[in-house]
This record gives sequence, structure tokens and C-alpha cells, in this order.
Amino acid sequence: METGPEPNVIEVLSLTRRYGSLVAVDHLTFSVASGGTFGLLGPNGAGKSTLIKMLTTLLPVTEGTAKIAGFDLVKHPELVRTKIGYVSQMLSADGDLTGYENLLISAKLYGMPRAERSRRIAQALEFMDLAHVGGKLVRQYSGGMIRRLEIAQSMLHRPSVLFMDEPSVGLDPSAKRSVWERIRELRREFGTTILMTTHDMEEADQLCDTVAVMHRGVLAAMDTPAALKVQVGAEASLDDVFIHFTGATISEGGELRDAARTRITSQRVG
Amino acid sequence: MPLAHESHHNEWVEPFPGANYLRQTLAVAEADIRKLIHDPIELFTRMVQPVLWLLIFGQVFNRTRAIPTGGISYLDFMAPGILAQSVLFGAIFYGISLIWERDLGIVQKFLVSPAPRSTLVLGRAISSTVRSLCQMVFVYLLSYLLHIQLRIEILALVGVVLAVMLGSAIFSTFSLIVACLVKSRERFMGIGQVLTMPLFFASNAIYPLTLMPSWLRVVSKANPLSYQVDALRTLMIVGSSTSFGLGKDFLMQFIAFAVLVAVATKLYPTIVT
Repeated sequence: METGPEPNVIEVLSLTRRYGSLVAVDHLTFSVASGGTFGLLGPNGAGKSTLIKMLTTLLPVTEGTAKIAGFDLVKHPELVRTKIGYVSQMLSADGDLTGYENLLISAKLYGMPRAERSRRIAQALEFMDLAHVGGKLVRQYSGGMIRRLEIAQSMLHRPSVLFMDEPSVGLDPSAKRSVWERIRELRREFGTTILMTTHDMEEADQLCDTVAVMHRGVLAAMDTPAALKVQVGAEASLDDVFIHFTGATISEGGELRDAARTRITSQRVG
Repeated sequence: MPLAHESHHNEWVEPFPGANYLRQTLAVAEADIRKLIHDPIELFTRMVQPVLWLLIFGQVFNRTRAIPTGGISYLDFMAPGILAQSVLFGAIFYGISLIWERDLGIVQKFLVSPAPRSTLVLGRAISSTVRSLCQMVFVYLLSYLLHIQLRIEILALVGVVLAVMLGSAIFSTFSLIVACLVKSRERFMGIGQVLTMPLFFASNAIYPLTLMPSWLRVVSKANPLSYQVDALRTLMIVGSSTSFGLGKDFLMQFIAFAVLVAVATKLYPTIVT
């Protein structure tokens, strides 16, 4: 049960996921400080998505557990769900509904009463600069608008932890910057802890105060971006850090399925 | 722009026990119904099949008088069967939307919400019933134009509405289970095609049980569609007789629905793994 504010909002304990003989996530143990932004880097197939899927309760855990906002992931997934938000890598806002309707359905799923609902939806549309298109079908939105809508949607119930899977994949530089700005503002406003995966080293540098490099199911390194760069060498960039710890370049590796999905997302972003 | 400060807890008081469960179930249905309102074309394309069956197949077989229909015309006999069929065909491919929404990441968003898994299943069943009621109205109109002897009585109509909703809920939930098992659109389409015709032919929709070889009769009695058709025939047509009794018709459908919802609730989260 909940035991008041803890310094670490996420405590991962020996978390493991196997697919047959393949170990996708291998006895991971780490923690994420409250209010921080934690970036998970790593090549495709490193286990990042599997990890996020487990932490968001989408995928059953093979072994180990995690504590999220005070709740045990394995024992009380239904309580964990009340405390987390999730922005998936895919553009998951429903294109056949309007922006307003997307938010409305989410609010109802989280059991929000009517008055609270209207207030938060109006606020969210305003905050994400979408108030003027709230009544339009999402399929007419630009990629950046869809992303902002999704972040608004995932924040409606004011989660303690927000999980984001490659939040700016496929966005053009200005849309990317506007998404980053909203993420920073959310963190300021609500003290939300953010755990994100990314392939974008600039994104990690801009947003994250802790970065972990995941490789073959384990964390190869974890520290502040600055400290990691120092470890690798003078004038190293996060790109260098990535290559140093994974022995791979970013474009290499990964399954066909990952590549295909990223491409589809990019197409939808247009 | 700064946000108004608010308390961060989400422990809203329920106006009555189960209010939240109901709200979540209806939210799932609402998402789908709103989409239907934005783009209702599907409702119209679904009208083609009943027209073909009643106008062509029905008119031809109406002349043969070879099928024992218990004192009513063959067209009267088959109209409830065609309503049941159009509900079945509408519902049986419903699960593909789950696969589609899984590919888009929409299902994942529902699954990370605290809504109980059963609300996600029941909500979809409800939205499917809304579609089926549109088909019911259309088949009634068509039947009226074809001078089919319809029972226009309040209680009978309420019964038909219930039977149609149950039928649609049963087969859409069944379809959801198939989607969770096969997980890909291509396989789903293949299996959907394979399932519909046997379900339809192994039922009393267009010929009575008495005409069937005994093995087929056994199969039809295990087919929820037979009970739906029997209920519809009794409630829709003047002078028709029931094979199982209305009580048994509805009981069997309720049991089928309850079992399917339980199975679907168990399988639903596996669609994303």
C-alpha cells in the first residue's frame, strides 16, 4: 500500500522478461528519483520497449517486480494504473475522433466526474494550444499537434509518472521543440516524473537529468548526461556515449518490425 | 499559460456503487459510437445483404412450398432468420477493429487506464448492439414493404430489441476472442470467412430444425444463433411457433454471452503482448 512520498517514485527490482529462451530484460535493478526526467537510450532490440511495456502493466513480468508510486507492479497492477500515464511510440490518438472526444473518452475511463472533466479538458486543450481545433477530427491534425494531444491525454488524470516511448520520433525540428517545451512545463507544473525512451541524443541532452544506456537487456551505464560524457572522454557527445556503451551505431541493429513501426509512425506524422 | 492549481488526488466519490464501472463501460462504447456518427457509411453498406436474401432468395423459395414452415409463408419464416444473419455478419468481423486499434496504439491506451478489463469488453459489446439495432429497423422496413406478417405490439418489439442486442453482443464478443487469439488482420479475415457460413447454415435461420439430418440438428442446438432466430421468429411474426420456448431462447443466449465475456476479459490484455 502507499507509504507517503518516497524519494524514488520508481524502484525496479530484478525485473526480468523472457520470450522462450531469449532474455529481453535481464534482472534489471534501478530507481528513478521523484520529479526527474529519466532517459532510456539503447539500440533497437536492447529491451527498452519490453521494459516500458512491463512498467506500464501491458506485459506480464517473468521475474522480479517494480514499485511505482508506492504500488507493487506485480501485486497491484490496477493501482499502478491509477498513477501512471503513457504516450506510446505510435501516434495513438484516435484519428476518427475529434481532439475533444479523445480527451473526453480518456477522462471517463479514469472515472472523472463531469464538472472536473470539462474543466480539465478545456485546460488541456488551451495548454497544448489545441483549443481552436478541439472540434476537428484528429486525422486532420499535424504530427506535432497529435503528439501534444496525446501528452495532454496522458496527463488528464495527473499521473505521478509519465512513460513516453520516443516522444518526438518523426517530428520536424520546430514541432519537436514545441513538444519538448510542453514536457518541461508539465514537469514544472505537476512535478511529474518522466521516464522516456529515445534515439534522439539531442532530446536526451535537452530533457533528461539522468540517462541510462540499455544494451542486451541490462543497463550498461547510468548517470547524468554530463557525467556520462566525461566518462567517455573530453568533448564527447551523447552519441559517443551511446556508441561507447553499446558498441553500435544508432542506425544499426534492430528487428525489421521496429524499423517498420518507426517508418509507419513517421508516415503518419507526415 | 499557467494551469490553475488543483488537488492532485484522484479519489473521486462515486454517486452510487458501480457508477464508475458503468461510466467506464459506456465510455468504451461511446468512443465507437461517436466514430460511427462521424462516418455512418458502414450502416448503409450493411443493408445490401438482407435485401439480396429477402428479395431474391426469399421470393424464389416462397414459391416452392417444399420447406415445412409451420403454417406461415416461407418469406415470413425466413425474415427473422435474415435479421439474425445480418446481425451475425455485422458482429462477427467486429473484432478486426481491435487488431486495427492495437496496431495504432489505441488499445494500449485503454489498457494502461484503470478501467477494469471487463468494461473494455462489455463496452465493445454495447457499441456493437447499437449497430445491430440500426439493422433491425432496416429489416423491419423491408419486411413491411414485402408484406411480411409482422407483430406490431409493444412487448413483442421490446423482445425483438433484446434478442437482437443479445445476438450482436454474443457474436461481437466471440469475434473479440478470435481477434485476441489470431492477433493479425490477415488471419482474422480468413477465420472470419470460415466461421460465418457454418454458423449460419448450422442454424434454423432459413430452414427448420425438423428438416435437418440428426447430426446437424445436434450442432444447431449448440449454436447460439438458433436460439436467437427462434426468439426472433416467435416475437416478430404473426402465427409462428417456437421450437425451444422463449424462456430457453433467452436463457441460452445469456449463458453464451456470460461465458464469452469471461473468456474475452481474460484474453483481451494478450492482444498487445
